[in-house]
Amino acid sequence: MGQFFEDPLDRVDGRLKVTGAARYFAEYDLPDMTFAVMATSAITRGKILTIDTKSAERAPGVLDVLTYLNMPSIPGWQSDPSKPAPQAALGGERYRVLGSDQILFNGQPIALVVADSLERAQYAASLIKATYQKASFETDLEKNKDKGQTVRGPRGADYNRGDANAYKTAAVQLEQEYTIPIETHNPMELHGIIASWKGNDSITVYAKTQGVKSTQQSLMNAFKLDQKNVQVFSEFVGGGFGMALRTWPQEILVAAAAKKIGRPVKLVMSRDQMFTMVGYRPFSIQQIKLGSTKEGQLTGLVHEALSQTSSYEDFAEGTVNMSKFMYACDNVATKYRIVPLDIGVPIWMRGPGEATGAFALETAMDEMAYKLNMDPIALRLKNYTETDPERNRPYSSKYVKEAYQLGAEKIGWFKRNPAPRSMKDGEWLVGYGMSSGVFNASRGEANCRAVVKDDGTLLLQSAASDIGPGTGTAMVQIAHEVLGYPVDKISFELGNSTFPPAPSQGGSTTTSTVGSAVHIACSSLKNKIVNLLLEKGGSDYAGKTAADFTFSDGNVRAGNVSVSIASLLKQQNLPALEVTENSKAGPDQQKYSMYSFSIHFAEVRVHPKTGVVRVKRVVTVADSGKIISPKTAASQMIGGVTGGIGMALMEESVIDHRYGRFINNNFADYHVPVSADIPHIDTIFIDKPDPVINPMGAKGMGEIALIGFAAAVGNAVYHATGKRIRELPITPDKLIE
Amino acid sequence: MNPFDYKRVTTLKDAISAVKPAASVFLAGGTNLIDLMKRGVTAPETLVDINNLPYNKIEKTATGIRIGAMVHNSDASEHPLVTENFPLLSLALKSGASPQLRNMATTGGNMNQRTRCGYFYDTTMPCNKRSPGSGCSAIGGYTRMHAIFGTSEQCIAVHPSDMCVGLAALDATVTISNGKSEKKILFTDYHRLPGTDPSKDNILQKGELITAVDIPFNKLAKNAYYLKIRDRASYAFALVSVAAALDIQNGLIQSARLAMGGVAHKPWRLFEAENMLQGKRPTNDNFLSAANLAMTGAKSFGANQFKLKLAPNAILEALHLAAGKSAS
Ligand SMILES: Cc1cc2nc3c(=O)[nH]c(=O)nc-3n(C[C@H](O)[C@H](O)[C@H](O)COP(=O)(O)OP(=O)(O)OC[C@H]3O[C@@H](n4cnc5c(N)ncnc54)[C@H](O)[C@@H]3O)c2cc1C
Ligand code: SF4
Repeated sequence: MGQFFEDPLDRVDGRLKVTGAARYFAEYDLPDMTFAVMATSAITRGKILTIDTKSAERAPGVLDVLTYLNMPSIPGWQSDPSKPAPQAALGGERYRVLGSDQILFNGQPIALVVADSLERAQYAASLIKATYQKASFETDLEKNKDKGQTVRGPRGADYNRGDANAYKTAAVQLEQEYTIPIETHNPMELHGIIASWKGNDSITVYAKTQGVKSTQQSLMNAFKLDQKNVQVFSEFVGGGFGMALRTWPQEILVAAAAKKIGRPVKLVMSRDQMFTMVGYRPFSIQQIKLGSTKEGQLTGLVHEALSQTSSYEDFAEGTVNMSKFMYACDNVATKYRIVPLDIGVPIWMRGPGEATGAFALETAMDEMAYKLNMDPIALRLKNYTETDPERNRPYSSKYVKEAYQLGAEKIGWFKRNPAPRSMKDGEWLVGYGMSSGVFNASRGEANCRAVVKDDGTLLLQSAASDIGPGTGTAMVQIAHEVLGYPVDKISFELGNSTFPPAPSQGGSTTTSTVGSAVHIACSSLKNKIVNLLLEKGGSDYAGKTAADFTFSDGNVRAGNVSVSIASLLKQQNLPALEVTENSKAGPDQQKYSMYSFSIHFAEVRVHPKTGVVRVKRVVTVADSGKIISPKTAASQMIGGVTGGIGMALMEESVIDHRYGRFINNNFADYHVPVSADIPHIDTIFIDKPDPVINPMGAKGMGEIALIGFAAAVGNAVYHATGKRIRELPITPDKLIE
Repeated sequence: MNPFDYKRVTTLKDAISAVKPAASVFLAGGTNLIDLMKRGVTAPETLVDINNLPYNKIEKTATGIRIGAMVHNSDASEHPLVTENFPLLSLALKSGASPQLRNMATTGGNMNQRTRCGYFYDTTMPCNKRSPGSGCSAIGGYTRMHAIFGTSEQCIAVHPSDMCVGLAALDATVTISNGKSEKKILFTDYHRLPGTDPSKDNILQKGELITAVDIPFNKLAKNAYYLKIRDRASYAFALVSVAAALDIQNGLIQSARLAMGGVAHKPWRLFEAENMLQGKRPTNDNFLSAANLAMTGAKSFGANQFKLKLAPNAILEALHLAAGKSAS
């Protein structure tokens, strides 16, 4: 190991993507395909009194119109919707799509039209007329702050270490509230699915999913099918950011429709439906209370978060986690509450709750640094901890001090004048800000098949996913390092549920988890090849042991004898050698806390008269263990920072609470950063292997690129202007003087 | 989207007769119309494609330049007659939408694009502009993008165009044809205020076609700027925009042109502020007085209150930039 950095690989699927040859789910065309469009509710809560589908049914090309009145029963869904589903991911705990006349959120599907073309389905869907009995509803978290509920399960429990009130008697105190609006994932690719049945007990789907195995499981559960009769394909995904981590109820609906009409059905949701039916980052209100000695030693930290969920399903995330272990502080208390509202259920989004929490904590740390007249890095160093204070055990690896230093040097942190509003570039106010991010690093269980063939190629297969970060590239790189095959002879196939099982792509675990499986499978092939030579290789290998063999360029060498693996297979009349290996973490991991860390720096310009903020420069440093694929890892960080700039400066899904409807549910009004918003981004890797996590030493890297970044921007805006904006996004209206 | 017919016309006569039936509309670049059809805001039965009409040139006339109604926004923004004589218009055009959209968008289509008020786009909500008499959802709702000038109790929407703000400032005129005769109207009279009939954005009548826009030569090219304040660096509608142009001779402002976008149902020309600046020196104090004067009668509706501050700041800033301060 250790070669990764010296030999960076280009993205293995880059060419397919830029030439359009990569096929996304919606691009599959099956014989006899039909097209589905959903009609959705115009009210937020209540019930359907009448639903008129006659004109839709009569419209040209229409094959079927499903409503709650004729929805086929889903065998795996309990008919009584007040009972929890056996698994939440089946379709919400108390929500079944087209399951009854009840409306639980605005934009809820009330009918599914299936027609012989997309346009005809769209037209017919527009003809569906419903009347409703409206009920009162709540969609505004700020008006329902008092309705917080504890989350079931251990992660939802209040956390206390030492004295929760300690901050109240500290020499220097800070109490602030931070608000983050609803943000919507909005990947470029719209969500959807193609479902096609063979008979009544076998289904094939092409889906947009972050986990083919999880989609397979959802379909198995919903329709009570055998695993071998459910095939899920999702080779390319046009961005997910978390929203494709579960099988949404409308996907099951499409499968039910396909079964009913006996033809394949394709659903591609519309952009406005992407706001209501596939999750979002929940609106949150957070309180941070900090106490410190005059020297900057934290003596109390309280982090309380309130976040929204739906009326029919709980959604909880790790919003307050970072506060428990990031800084050395004897007295820490956290509380996390959710408020059920009349809106679709949220789901993890970009660095999920950790990113939400890091904005609050890392802004508060900056505020405290200014109160103490201390450099924000010095304050963090003062409270630096080498062991995890939450679990009282060492970190598997932590190089955050180095990260502060590298980043600070690169951006010129110590050359700035730290006083707020002290730096200018013409009329523009100049500001520097920094922040930290952290996310759990882990290694899950995964399987990989590895096949060397007599044509000189190496094929790897695992039911993993790639929603964009470049999974295939990292896997090819790992296989190349282990088995020494030229990279252009290695292919890694994923996104297919018939491959050996692997978990969904989420929570920054794929490189660690699937990469380990690739590593083990390739090592196992290596042993097989060595044994083959020892047993059948003849006199050249007499007296040799496994340690004598080296692998490079598709060849295996022992002493002066080198043979290509392809010709070895030919000699032995073997078309291929194959292994399938399982990989999981060992018990050792329980002795450590494993985290990836990021340290962000941003330099901004703020125009005081117009409130315009421009991010001028970004330096972001990742301590995420060994970097396997430097190019795609850098791209991931650039992507994370871009998402962070969006979160800091523009992303916000606005609901008109009088109606419970989203107002800006399109790409003209929901702003994500464009190229002109993104400056040069310096990505720095510590690139030191973690000795515990996996054979490669690679920790996760996906989420940390974004976690905390919004705080770096907000802190820079404060340094520039002297104004602290605690409500994201930081739009011009909040800064105009 | 409804099923619809599609007709392509190549002559003025055919265009006018094809658009006569009640549910027929012109299709130019389609960048606004098709979106509105997709969202069900409008449901024409016939689209009359006018892209092949011969109004696709930019020409010099005796008194100025003429931009054909079918000229693409991207072409207009880069044409030497525009960039040399009316850099303000070029800047305004380039600040609008995205390159892909500007490649499709036309002069006539841009003028007739509809408001981006979110309630107008959502057919489940009341909106007087889309469905007269149903009420205005914006009032009392989400008003961050809405108007501060010339509003009515019926509608507080803004006209979203950047190009039109430039043209309003440049004393342009619009040529409208009904197939038999032509009329010329001042650009500033083309769009209207909502009053009691917000369903009408402008004075164009059924069966009329815009054929061209004329801009008279002026001495404002040297000191002109289009400042657009928005939520991201590109590809966003204006929170507030300002077209500012000054003719400065011997240290005195001989004449000034000022217009604002993002603040009213039409491009908002600031005649009084212009008059005030005439004969004055281009100083901060004078600019400030002009900006303050321009705000007479401004009124906010909740979330757009920041525009009361942003608008005068933007006027001041645009005047300085027009007068020669370098933009960064
Ligand atoms: C995402 C997005 C962002 C945008 N951002 C901006 C922005 O920042 N600034 C900005 O200014 N604009 C912006 N736009 C709007 C864009 O400029 C308009 O959509 C475009 O100018 C419309 O021109 P078109 O030729 O495509 O019109 P069409 O959509 O074809 O037509 C619009 C209307 O004009 C009528 N029409 C067209 N030509 C004539 C004619 N000659 N005579 C009479 N009637 C006619 C049509 O019947 C139709 O009613 C944006 C649009 C989108 C989709
Ligand atoms: S402001 Fe105008 S366009 Fe918007 S909802 Fe009111 S009437 Fe409709």
